[in-house]
Amino acid sequence: MSFLTGLYAFAFYFAALVLVAGLTWKVVQYARTPAPLKIPTTPAPITGSGVVLRMTREVVLFESLFRGNKWTWIFSWIFHFGLFLVTLRHLRYFMDPVPTPIAFIQPFGIYAGFAMVLGLAGLWARRFLVDRVRYISSPSDHLILGLLVLIGCSGILMSFVVHTDIVSVKAFFLGLYSFDLKPLPADPLLLLHLLLVAGLMIIFPFSKLLHAPGLFFSPTRNQVDNPRERRHLAPWAARFEQR
Amino acid sequence: MAKATFVVPALRQYPQVPAVTPGTMAHSAPFVAKPEFQAPLGFPGELADDWQAQAIAKMGELLGKYRSLRVYMDSCVKCGACTDKCHYFLGTKDPKNMPVGRQDLMRKVYRRYFTLVGRIAPKLVGATDFTKEVLDDWYSYFHQCSQCRRCSVFCPYGIDTAEISMAAREIMDSIGVGQKYCNEIIGKVYTIGNNLGLPGPALRDTLEGLEEDVYDETGVKVRYPIDQVGADILLVTPSADFFAEPHVDGLIGYGKVLHEAGVSWTLSSYASEAANFGMFIGSYENMRRISQRIREEAIRLKVKRIIFGECGHAWRVAYSFLNTLAGPWDFLDSRYPVPQHICEFTYDLIQQGKLTFDKTQNDDKVLTYHDSCNVARASRMGDQPGGQFDIPRAIIKAVCNHFYDMDEDTIRDRTFCCGGGGGLLTDDLMELRVKGAQPRVEALNNVMQEKGVTHMAAICAICKSQFTKVLPYYGMEMDQIVSLHQLVSNAIVLTPREDDDEDDDDEDDSQALDDDDSESVDEAA
Ligand code: HEM
Ligand code: HEM
Ligand code: SF4
Ligand code: SF4
Repeated sequence: MSFLTGLYAFAFYFAALVLVAGLTWKVVQYARTPAPLKIPTTPAPITGSGVVLRMTREVVLFESLFRGNKWTWIFSWIFHFGLFLVTLRHLRYFMDPVPTPIAFIQPFGIYAGFAMVLGLAGLWARRFLVDRVRYISSPSDHLILGLLVLIGCSGILMSFVVHTDIVSVKAFFLGLYSFDLKPLPADPLLLLHLLLVAGLMIIFPFSKLLHAPGLFFSPTRNQVDNPRERRHLAPWAARFEQR
Repeated sequence: MAKATFVVPALRQYPQVPAVTPGTMAHSAPFVAKPEFQAPLGFPGELADDWQAQAIAKMGELLGKYRSLRVYMDSCVKCGACTDKCHYFLGTKDPKNMPVGRQDLMRKVYRRYFTLVGRIAPKLVGATDFTKEVLDDWYSYFHQCSQCRRCSVFCPYGIDTAEISMAAREIMDSIGVGQKYCNEIIGKVYTIGNNLGLPGPALRDTLEGLEEDVYDETGVKVRYPIDQVGADILLVTPSADFFAEPHVDGLIGYGKVLHEAGVSWTLSSYASEAANFGMFIGSYENMRRISQRIREEAIRLKVKRIIFGECGHAWRVAYSFLNTLAGPWDFLDSRYPVPQHICEFTYDLIQQGKLTFDKTQNDDKVLTYHDSCNVARASRMGDQPGGQFDIPRAIIKAVCNHFYDMDEDTIRDRTFCCGGGGGLLTDDLMELRVKGAQPRVEALNNVMQEKGVTHMAAICAICKSQFTKVLPYYGMEMDQIVSLHQLVSNAIVLTPREDDDEDDDDEDDSQALDDDDSESVDEAA
């Protein structure tokens, strides 16, 4: 086992632990925090299935963002959809045998990488060109975009220019499941790609990337509009009733 | 035109997003509440030496109590979708009035004390210590948010800046920095029963006066009862309705509708306020305490239904929170929603064909309708989503011949705030109110030019007061703003009734009640 293989194996165990533990902690925290009042942004669905539909539109189509700003919406949707396809395509490194749907999207997945980077470029440009967005951007906002662009570009380069030995890559990751360390190819692009990915996994629970789980817990979006029909009472607020 | 010590924005035909100009409103802050007005609400009178630690502790407490706050502090990706949505930013150009700019005032403190990265590398994520300067910024800019929720409509995560400014105000109250206007008013509700501090006898006087006026004008005896035990319906309305134009014309209208419906109803001198400023200061406890007055009265007066008059944030508290704060309402008639909006009541009667109108009575006006934010984005009317937009418009169309909506981008759930909501309806914030009204007034001006609109109807006491005051700054007339039920009142055809016998009974009832009444007022004081 080379030093590199050991280092990356450690990095990914650590990153996976931080990601899973951190996200679990956050999700549990969100779930445990009560929403004492009914505050859906109305008009809101008046049934549970209506809320599922509303959330689906938010998650899949970014409905509110569409109403809010068309440019941001276009770039954002291209980026996220690209990211989604890329992620699906990547699943083949972590599964054996590869399920048919994952195998099926492989050809599209390649181009999704370009979509992802294009979307990111558009979003990044806004941070320089639109004075309001420039005002609200802090260094971390630029860094996250840079990180994702680098991950995307290094990936694209591997797919189209400097190929790597993806069979070994897969063996390495499958081996991690059973603590059986297989050698990782020492291609600089791959090493960069993977290092940045580990970094992304680590910052996820501590950064604005929490928007992904956050959306599902947003009371203005996930509440049913039925306050007159159903009494809604948070545990801490119920204490007032006993007096 | 009213005199201003600041430049009143020009009205344009097409809305423009201004260039970011930092600091234009840094000087704007409302008067601070004196210690004697903090105490009745359960807040300390002034800043203590360890205010910073107290504030951070309070923030931690609220983060654990409100999921909205917790999730919204983490989730913003700085996408910018909300940046051009706030009327205060559009009217003042101050970037701290962009919703995300406002949120960031709290977020930078949150990040510093409650997140890992903010503790280790504050610069990276724009985190800062909670200094006195930051507190001053909070006081200034969290009192430049009318909690209208327009930003939450467009945010991809529904981040509601109103939730954040409510939390900020609660934190400030908890360390002794309260806003004079809101906190004094809440005190008046506790001691006298309503925001305007109108005592029972004054209310009874006003209502008697109204009865006479309506009788003189129409020849029909429409009653405006108060404190009547055993009435079917308790009407809770903003105290402005007892007091000033155009509000009082709305109250006259409710009375006429209730008269035509042939129901027995009553106002209350103890629960003589629909408004609930507890919401503006983000205080669940004060909001609950104010709401409980309505419950106490519903029980004491033995009513079967509760109806709310025209008031925006009051309808939010009533529709969305009243069941939580003062429910359960199982002792009321379950065939009707609790509470009901007067518009729902009037609309139902129109649907059933129980009201007759002479629309020509409103022919001197061409109407448009202002969706009040809290009704539009934080409540509902009727049993379908969006009823809060359709029902008021249906009523206007039933009583007026000429109606035109303003630009689609400025109505329904995209409506612009009047500029005076959220506890900002005070003279010490006049510049903010005038500038914040600009997007709404601009849209109004456009339908005035294009469609010949003369009047704008609203169903919110704050909107009505705000426009009455602010329209003159833009060269418009203060009476261009009307109550929706004022239009109903103009057009409704009344049927005379014989109710002299009833009168005597009622007299006894209200006599008996007066005694109870003074007792409970003392209790509250
Ligand atoms: C449930 C899944 C997700 C949803 C619904 C979602 C939705 C959104 C939306 C609506 C935006 C705002 C528009 C924009 O600025 O692009 C956004 C921004 C962003 N998302 Fe997501 N997202 C999800 C998952 C992810 C994941 C897994 C990542 C990263 C690995 C990610 C990375 C980002 C980044 C970096 C931004 C900020 C872009 C910028 O700086 O402008 N998102 N997301
Ligand atoms: C442990 C996780 C990951 C591994 C092992 C991995 C590995 C790889 C490899 C080996 C390639 C080259 C594919 C080829 O030659 O055909 C690639 C491409 C790529 N990777 Fe990753 N990657 C990972 C995570 C990510 C993540 C999280 C992102 C996005 C944020 C990403 C974005 C890309 C893109 C855009 C490409 C180019 C397009 C494509 O081939 O799909 N990768 N990755
Ligand atoms: S709630 Fe209204 S006033 Fe407050 S920031 Fe949002 S848009 Fe502006
Ligand atoms: S729209 Fe929402 S996520 Fe975007 S900057 Fe505004 S508050 Fe943040």
